[in-house]
Amino acid sequence: MYMRVQRIALKPDLTSNTIDVDLSLLQPLIQKYKGKKGIAISLLQGAQDIYGYIPEVVFEYLSKETGIELSILYGVATFYTQFRLKPVGKNIVKICHGTACHVQNATAVGEAVQEVLNVKDGETTSDSLFTLESVACLGCCSLAPVMMIGSDTYGNLDATKASKIIREYQKQETN
Amino acid sequence: MQLRPVRLLENIKNKKQTSIMDKTVVVGLGSCGIAAGANKVYQTISDYLLQSSQVDFELKKTSCIGMCFKEPLVEVIDKAGRYLYGNVTSELALQIIEEHINNNAPITQFIVSSNVIEAPQNYYFDLQQKVVLANCGVVDPENISEYQNKGGYDALKAILLRGLSDIDIIEEIKKSGLRGRGGGGFLTGMKWQFAHNNKSDDKYIICNADEGDPGAFMDRSLLEGDPHSVIEGMIIGAYAIGANQGVIYCRAEYPLAIKRLNIALKQARENGFLGKNIAGINGFNFDIYLKEGAGAFVCGEETALIASVEGKRGMPRKRPPFPAELGLWGKPTNINNVETWANVPVIIRNGASEYVKLGTENSKGTKVFALTGKINNGGLVEVPMGITINDIIYKLGGGIKDNKKFKGVQLGGPSGGCIPASLGDTIVDYDSVNKTGAIMGSGGMVIMDETTCMVDVARFFLDFTYKESCGKCTFCRIGTKRMLEILERITKGKGKEDDIDILETLGRQIKESSLCGLGQTAPNPVLSTIKYFRDEYEAHIHSKKCPAKSCRSLITYVVDKDKCIGCTVCARNCPSNAIDGEPKKIHFIRQSDCIKCGICFSKCKFDAIQLL
Repeated sequence: MYMRVQRIALKPDLTSNTIDVDLSLLQPLIQKYKGKKGIAISLLQGAQDIYGYIPEVVFEYLSKETGIELSILYGVATFYTQFRLKPVGKNIVKICHGTACHVQNATAVGEAVQEVLNVKDGETTSDSLFTLESVACLGCCSLAPVMMIGSDTYGNLDATKASKIIREYQKQETN
Repeated sequence: MQLRPVRLLENIKNKKQTSIMDKTVVVGLGSCGIAAGANKVYQTISDYLLQSSQVDFELKKTSCIGMCFKEPLVEVIDKAGRYLYGNVTSELALQIIEEHINNNAPITQFIVSSNVIEAPQNYYFDLQQKVVLANCGVVDPENISEYQNKGGYDALKAILLRGLSDIDIIEEIKKSGLRGRGGGGFLTGMKWQFAHNNKSDDKYIICNADEGDPGAFMDRSLLEGDPHSVIEGMIIGAYAIGANQGVIYCRAEYPLAIKRLNIALKQARENGFLGKNIAGINGFNFDIYLKEGAGAFVCGEETALIASVEGKRGMPRKRPPFPAELGLWGKPTNINNVETWANVPVIIRNGASEYVKLGTENSKGTKVFALTGKINNGGLVEVPMGITINDIIYKLGGGIKDNKKFKGVQLGGPSGGCIPASLGDTIVDYDSVNKTGAIMGSGGMVIMDETTCMVDVARFFLDFTYKESCGKCTFCRIGTKRMLEILERITKGKGKEDDIDILETLGRQIKESSLCGLGQTAPNPVLSTIKYFRDEYEAHIHSKKCPAKSCRSLITYVVDKDKCIGCTVCARNCPSNAIDGEPKKIHFIRQSDCIKCGICFSKCKFDAIQLL
C-alpha cells in the first residue's frame, strides 16, 4: 500500500499456482467501470484489493473483458509502486526509508530485519508469513526510525529493538 | 494506520443532552497520534464513559495539532480554559479524568501547553501564526458543523451575499499575492486567470494531494485535520474559473485522509455546497470526486498527474500547451496544491487586504513546515513568511537533539537543497530561499546535525529521484543513474579525483535537458551540498575519511583498552558475533567480521567503543 522505494518483482511469478485464482470475483469490479474512460488504474487497484497482488491470468481476463490492451494494463502496473505481481506473505513488514528515518539510521534497522527474516528487500519468507518492503515514507517522521507490521506502527527503533519485535511476531505465528 | 473501530459516542451525547457539559476532552487522532497510540487512549476514555454512571464531560475527536513530539495528545477544556496533556497513555488518561475532570485539579506536570497556566511548551503556539492550520487539532474533521462554527463555508456564502463575480474572486486572489504552496511558487491568481480566459463547456479543477516527498506530511495533516477548508477552496476556485468538475488526486498511502475526505465530500453534498446551484448561486453546478494515486513521485508534476487521473502511466509531457489550455481530457484545467486551496477561503472570508498583512513583500501569508530529523520538537508548524530558519529551528523546534551541533537543513525534499547552518539567518520566503540554491518546496524541513554526512544525504536523494524518474528524458533517466554511481563510490571510499567536477557538469546538463520538474531539480541536493560542503566531498575522495563518521566503509569501531571493563554487553549485542572477550577482561572487535552497525557503540555504558 505504501510507496515502495523500489519497483520490485516486476516479472510475473510463473511458479505460482494460477488455478486457485477465482476470476468471477472480478465481475462486480468490471461492471462498475466498464465503458467509462480512464479506468486502468482503478481496475488494477480493485483487482489487487481482491487477490493481494495481480496474477497473470487477471491481466488477461481484465483485458478481454474491458477491451483495454494487455500492454497498457501491464505498463500501468509496472509504472506505479503500489502494484504487486507476486503474492505477499501474511504480514507485510514495511521499513520506512524517508529522509527523517534515513538520517536516524533506518539502514541499520532494515538490515537487522533482513537478517532476522533471512530475506532481502521485496522478498517473502519461505513460510509465506512475512514480506519485507522498504517504503519511501510512512509519514510519522517524529517517531523516526519507523517500521510498520500490518497496521501497527513501531517507532524510535534501532537494530536491536527492531529484531526483537520481529522475533516476537515470529513466536506468535508459530504458536 | 486506519482508525480501528471505536464505539460511536452519539448515544452518550444523546443521553446527556439535558445536562450542560462543562468539560470537554479532545483526543488528537491524526496519523501521527494514532501511530503513537492515540486510539488506545481514545478507547480507554470512551470505555470509561460507557461504564461510568457519573459522566461529567464530553469526549471529542480531532486531528493533528502539530505537536508530533508529544503525541498522543489529549486536551481538556473546562470553564477556565484549555489544557493540553502530552505523551498520554491509557493510565494517564484515567488519571486525568480522576483528578482534572472529577476533582478539578489539573495535573500540571503532564500539561505541555495551556492558555491559562504556565506550561513548558506554551511558546510553541505563541510563535506560530495559524491561518491554514487554524482548525487542525481544534475541530472534529468528520463533522461539518464544527467547521461551519469556525466560519467555514462563509466565504462561499459571501459570493451570493456580496454579489461577487468570477472576476472579483480572481482579482481578490491576485491582490492577496498567494503563491503556489506545492513548491513552484507561481502566482495563484494568474494561474486562475489563464484557466478562466480559456472558453470551454467543460473545465476541471484538480487538487494535487500526491505528497510524495519523503519527510513531508503537511498536506496529509491538513486533509486529515480540516478537509472542508480544501473543499471550500476548490469550490470557490471552480466558481472563479467556471469549472464544473473537480478531482482530488490523493496518495493511496494516506488512508485516513482519504476516509475523511470522502466523509467531508458527502457532507458538503448534503449541505448543498456541491451539486447543482451551489450555495444558492443559480447555475453554479460543480462536484468533486476523489482519485487515489498509485505511487509515483513524478505524478506531483502537473501533466504527469493529469495522465495518471486519465488512468495512464504518469509521464509528463511538453508544456506549452499548459493545462490551463489543454488539461484533463483535453479541457482547460487548473491544478493547485492542497495548502494553496486551503488558503483560498481565508482570503475571501477576511479579504486580501487582511491577508497581505502577513508575510514579506513578494511572499504573502504563512507557510506550513514539517520539521523532522535531528530536532527536539519534530512536528508541524505554521509560520508567517519572513521568519528566519534559525528561529524555526531553535525557538519552535527546540534546537538540535542531544545538544549536537546544527549542520544544515534540507528544504524542498529531493527537489530542494541544503542550507548550511552559516546561512541560518536566511528568511523564509520564495526569493530568499531560492538564492541559497534550495527551494521553498512543499514544506519538508529535515534538520541535520554534525553526525549527518552530507555526501550520504545527497546520495540518498539521488537514489530516490533515480528510482522515481519516469524514464522519458535520457538525461534524467541515465544522468541520475550515473550521478548516483559516482556518489556511491565516493561514500565507499573509492571516489576519483575529478568526481566533483563530473557531478557538477552532469548536474547542470540534467537540469537543462529534462522536460519536467523532477529532472530539472533532481541534481539540486548534490549541487547545493557541493556548494556548501565541498570539504566533506574532498575528505571522502582524497583522505578516504567521512568527517561525520557516518559512511560505513570509511569508519572503524575499536575498543578503548583503558575504558573497557569487560562487562560483555557489546559482545552479547553484536549481531555478527564480531566481538571476542571474556567477562571482566578487555574485549576486542574482529574487523573482518564487523558489519559496522554501531550497536556496540550505542550499548556501551563506559564510552569504551571508539569510532575512528
